[in-house]
Amino acid sequence: MGRFHRHDDGTVHQHEHEHEHDSAVATDLGDHTGYETGADRIDVLERIFDENDRAAAANRAAFDAQNVTCVNLMSAPGAGKTALLQRSLGELRDRGVRTGVIEGDIETSIDADRLAGLGAQISLLNTGNGFGGECHLDAPMVARALTGLRLADLDLLLVENVGNLVCPAEFDVGAHSSAMVYAVTEGEEKPLKYPVMFRAVDLVVVNKIDLLPYLDFDIDLFEANLDTVNPTARTIRVSTKTGVGLPDWLDWVTAPERR
Amino acid sequence: MHELSLCHAVMGVVDRARGDRTVSRVQLRVGQLRQVVPETLLYCWDLVTENTPMAGAVLDIDHVRVRLHCTDCGADTVIEKSLILLCDSCRSPTVQVREGEEFLVTTVHFATPTAPLSAPAEENDPEENSYGPIPST
Repeated sequence: MGRFHRHDDGTVHQHEHEHEHDSAVATDLGDHTGYETGADRIDVLERIFDENDRAAAANRAAFDAQNVTCVNLMSAPGAGKTALLQRSLGELRDRGVRTGVIEGDIETSIDADRLAGLGAQISLLNTGNGFGGECHLDAPMVARALTGLRLADLDLLLVENVGNLVCPAEFDVGAHSSAMVYAVTEGEEKPLKYPVMFRAVDLVVVNKIDLLPYLDFDIDLFEANLDTVNPTARTIRVSTKTGVGLPDWLDWVTAPERR
Repeated sequence: MHELSLCHAVMGVVDRARGDRTVSRVQLRVGQLRQVVPETLLYCWDLVTENTPMAGAVLDIDHVRVRLHCTDCGADTVIEKSLILLCDSCRSPTVQVREGEEFLVTTVHFATPTAPLSAPAEENDPEENSYGPIPST
């Protein structure tokens, strides 16, 4: 705990805390855009996430204006977000739910191609840039992806975030609800290792349960660990291979209280 | 690696705040729950500021630990390292985060002193006034 900085020689080190926090400042995060000016410094007090949060609020307002429910879908790479969407889009169409997908992918259109032809509007968002690709979707990116969708013709918008259990938890994209896809092959302890992400979701879809006979995965222990970090999250057990549990997921994602 | 995009955002704030002054140091206040790796943030800062007017400015990260208020028993808990939010007194997970989610630019330091603030406002072109609040976008 303390202050980190880097010296000219490249070394990084940490000092003990040099002051007590003024909790009024630390917790009062209202409008601090006015500067106080000193001789050789200015106090800025600007929140770094403000710009993202403003864009997220604008996205949410755009969804609300068209009665669209937006759900942010997050997971580690390979847990089955795209497989879940593949199994869901046809079913949603049959239920009369007009669905759109924002597909976040660092470089390729592979996932978006897998979702083509299933009756949903797809907007692909490649996050690759000069530094090798973003690890998450943020609200301005989602706003850009919205230009590729006709919101007026949608009831439900599913945002498939970049596979990552750290960064996407930090960025509000304007969704009304958040869901995580979790594979039973990931072990029981990830809620304890990535508590910020697990705290950020309303639902955990426990996927690949068709593999349970072949694994030592203790699903009760996983749910107990989840309960430790997020007592209000629901879980639904699903196999995107066999289709078990899919109706429960579809009921959840289309429920009126999602918005 | 969200440190890279966070550094871009920090640079945007600093650039708006600095006017035409040379920045020597930027102070951040970062909560534990932001899951920022300080060494990575410093590395990314050097990367994104390279060839900008903010190149060479030192980034100072003031690390804020997590402070919780338990809505079950009313006790406050300070968490040093863990990210698991449980009340120390009654082990309840029903807690409010009072500190630890901050990510702020707090202060920008300049290499040369700024002009005195008391300069008459009418001598400043409002378009060029580097002391004014950041325009809302």
